Amino acid sequence: MLESLKEFAGHFFVTGEPLIYMSDVAIVVVSLAIVFTLTYLKKWKWLWKEWLTTVDHKKIGIMYLISALLMLFRGGVDALLMRTQLALPNLHFLDPQHYNEIFTTHGTIMILFMAMPFLFALFNIVVPLQIGARDVAFPYLNAISFWLFFFGALLFNLSFVIGGSPDAGWVSYPPLTELATDPGPGENFYLLSLQISGIGSIATGINFIVTILKMRAPGMTLMKMPLFSWSVLASCIIIVFAFPALTVALALLMFDRLFGTHFFTMLHGGNPMMYINLFWVWGHPEVYIAVLPAFGVISEVVATFSRKSVFGYKSMVAALMVITVINYLVWAHHFFTMGASAGVNAYFAVATMLVGIPTGVKVFNWLFTMFRGRIRLTLPMLWAIAFIPCFAIGGATGVMLAAAPADYQYHNSFFLIAHFHQTLIGGVVFGLLAGLYYWWPKMFGFILDERLGKWAFWFFNIGFYVCFMPMYALGFMGMTRRVYTYPAETGWTGLNFVSTIGAYLMGIGFLLIVAQVLYSIKYGKRDVTGDPWDGRTLEWALPSPVPHYNFARIPEVSELDAWWHMKQNGETLAAQNKKAPLEPIHMPKNTGRPFIMGVFFFIAGFGFVFNWFWMGAIGLIGVVITLIARSQERDTEYEIPAEEIRRTESALGRL
Amino acid sequence: MTTVAEKRPTNAGHDGGRLPLEYTRHEGPLNILGFWIFLATDVVLFASLFATYFVLRTHVDGGPTDKELFGISGFTIETVLLLTSSFTGSLAVYAMRNGNKKRLLGWLIVTLLLGIAFVGYELHEFLDYAAEGATMQRSAFLSAFFTLVGTHGAHVTFGIIWMASIIVQIARYGIDAINARKTFIVSLYWHFLDIIWIFIFTTVYMMGVVS
Repeated sequence: MLESLKEFAGHFFVTGEPLIYMSDVAIVVVSLAIVFTLTYLKKWKWLWKEWLTTVDHKKIGIMYLISALLMLFRGGVDALLMRTQLALPNLHFLDPQHYNEIFTTHGTIMILFMAMPFLFALFNIVVPLQIGARDVAFPYLNAISFWLFFFGALLFNLSFVIGGSPDAGWVSYPPLTELATDPGPGENFYLLSLQISGIGSIATGINFIVTILKMRAPGMTLMKMPLFSWSVLASCIIIVFAFPALTVALALLMFDRLFGTHFFTMLHGGNPMMYINLFWVWGHPEVYIAVLPAFGVISEVVATFSRKSVFGYKSMVAALMVITVINYLVWAHHFFTMGASAGVNAYFAVATMLVGIPTGVKVFNWLFTMFRGRIRLTLPMLWAIAFIPCFAIGGATGVMLAAAPADYQYHNSFFLIAHFHQTLIGGVVFGLLAGLYYWWPKMFGFILDERLGKWAFWFFNIGFYVCFMPMYALGFMGMTRRVYTYPAETGWTGLNFVSTIGAYLMGIGFLLIVAQVLYSIKYGKRDVTGDPWDGRTLEWALPSPVPHYNFARIPEVSELDAWWHMKQNGETLAAQNKKAPLEPIHMPKNTGRPFIMGVFFFIAGFGFVFNWFWMGAIGLIGVVITLIARSQERDTEYEIPAEEIRRTESALGRL
Repeated sequence: MTTVAEKRPTNAGHDGGRLPLEYTRHEGPLNILGFWIFLATDVVLFASLFATYFVLRTHVDGGPTDKELFGISGFTIETVLLLTSSFTGSLAVYAMRNGNKKRLLGWLIVTLLLGIAFVGYELHEFLDYAAEGATMQRSAFLSAFFTLVGTHGAHVTFGIIWMASIIVQIARYGIDAINARKTFIVSLYWHFLDIIWIFIFTTVYMMGVVS
């Protein structure tokens, strides 16, 4: 009995690696600290009532943001471990298996558990405020989306102490990931955690399309809608049509591994390239899912801090929509080397290069918005300005990669690594950080400290170029991605060492951002007006932080940059509030069911990871029960009385 | 949350039945549009499964081919059952529009029974194939076949549970705006599954037996 338990634990828990033991200790200590703090401060009830059961889009957004920053830390540590391993030739800082696991978790976490929740944080916090709505179209579904993401991420992160991490790259290509060549639960963790969080992403996509199409304030026609909301609409349309392909790719590979089917195996007629196609039918659009909202942020920030309406609004909208279509038609450029005919490769090469045109339109529009504007170099604007050249270089190297014949040279080299980090960091992360600084006062009611922020900005930016520019050269010199180490004779040592220095500079930049947040909580300038940047769009008409019903009265909109025009005409929301007596507002009730549903999904996922079908079945039955319970629920809303709204508004000085 | 109602106050149930009942509460139009978009995601899901099936259709690895496997009577009965259930589903919505609770419940129950019969026949068909040694582990073709048709069957099964839950609510609360919305949406789902089946019937079964 004891022996078999010991043997089970030996497989179940990851053993034999000092770094992992250190993580084990850290996890236990941090968990105990959290439990202790919550108990000591008697905050359990607060946690449940205010956060775990909330359906308020602003709070859900903040939970997404916290998760994203934690995942940025985890993914960043993975990156530093990799760069340390590659700093010098023939290092054995990590063993090869551990290295494989780390590049896999780094990629997966950064894209699916860092970038996606970071985007959803901004979607949630900004879109309803910007279009003059009181919540998203489906607040309950919104909470489900968050908890599916959360428990998906938890399942994925558990893999490095329980069962073992996935180790076949963030793309998880078969036949390598088939059971015969990659036994153990690692890849199952990847498949199931992505599946669970992917369902949440699809729901978010549907939610925000309906919110944007149906819940805009009266008078805000689509062509008077702020560009960030437009970019969210574009991103969500892509989510809705791309994510189901990932669902299928993951499900079929899971069937291969759990049920012994032959979709992607080398035997019995399977075809691994089918997975690769399905994966990239989602995977390439995913790049645009991430970068279009970043474009939206840049459009808002550049307009606000140039004190001008954005240049070429209509062409900006058109560019977004064109990208929304073209992005589906380019996926095979990820595997030109598959051996498709020249015609197929030529088509995908040209389609890929076409994306450069609408993207170029956007870059020029940002530049023309700044041209003769009254530019203020605040933190959001700094990141936006840094974004433009960085993303432009990333785009240019993308066009180089799109040339199919040349791609045979670049394919899977460090040139590619440098390229997509330049678009995903220089594009997505810079954009998201600009958005974070820009909307932070709206979320929390204080402004992040400029001085520390500038230090962070310069460390991160200089670090970025020091880290990734050498990689372009390394790619040309023949260094391929995912190599564990290299001999000194290759001549790659100098550039790799420089790159590692850059990575650490970025790490310092991240720490400075953390320090900046902590410092500003105490000393940051309070935002008492609700409009610290002299903004242009409706969210700045509201106090910071925003009351839970957002707008006491839904504003009437007549122009693009609605708030700017209200200010020009001497109008305020307070004046609108006084026009007629306030009416009671219906809001959705808080509910714990989305959280419980997430727990059941987690149980199901965990069971299938270890082929414990009984546990998987319990989880899935739990999910169905929560669905039926929701279907039977009829009383889902409550009313805020007009008197309470009046009190809240006058306390905020808005009546 | 009241924005839609505020935007078009005349639509909020005052205009004498011009608007169908399911659109009269503020969340009605939102949920219905949201569900249409969900159906779009399901189209992409099935498109991916169909594509996989067509790629792997001939990858039989010496095992049974589609022509050898498919029994015409089985899939014909399934088709008749499911298409009929779609028709009775429409009759249910028609009864709902006329405010006839008894007929609505009756047609929904008929739809449900037809759905159960369909799933039963499909299960029977699958077990038959498995008994002949044509399991989903046998070849890539069979993996793709069972997954595509099985995913559709799982959707129908889910629809049955869902519809049962709505029948209970109609019996309890009658035809109000909430139940009208739920009935309308589940009927959209049901018709959608019917359309998917028509594609399965023609491109999987018919093309299979004539190839």
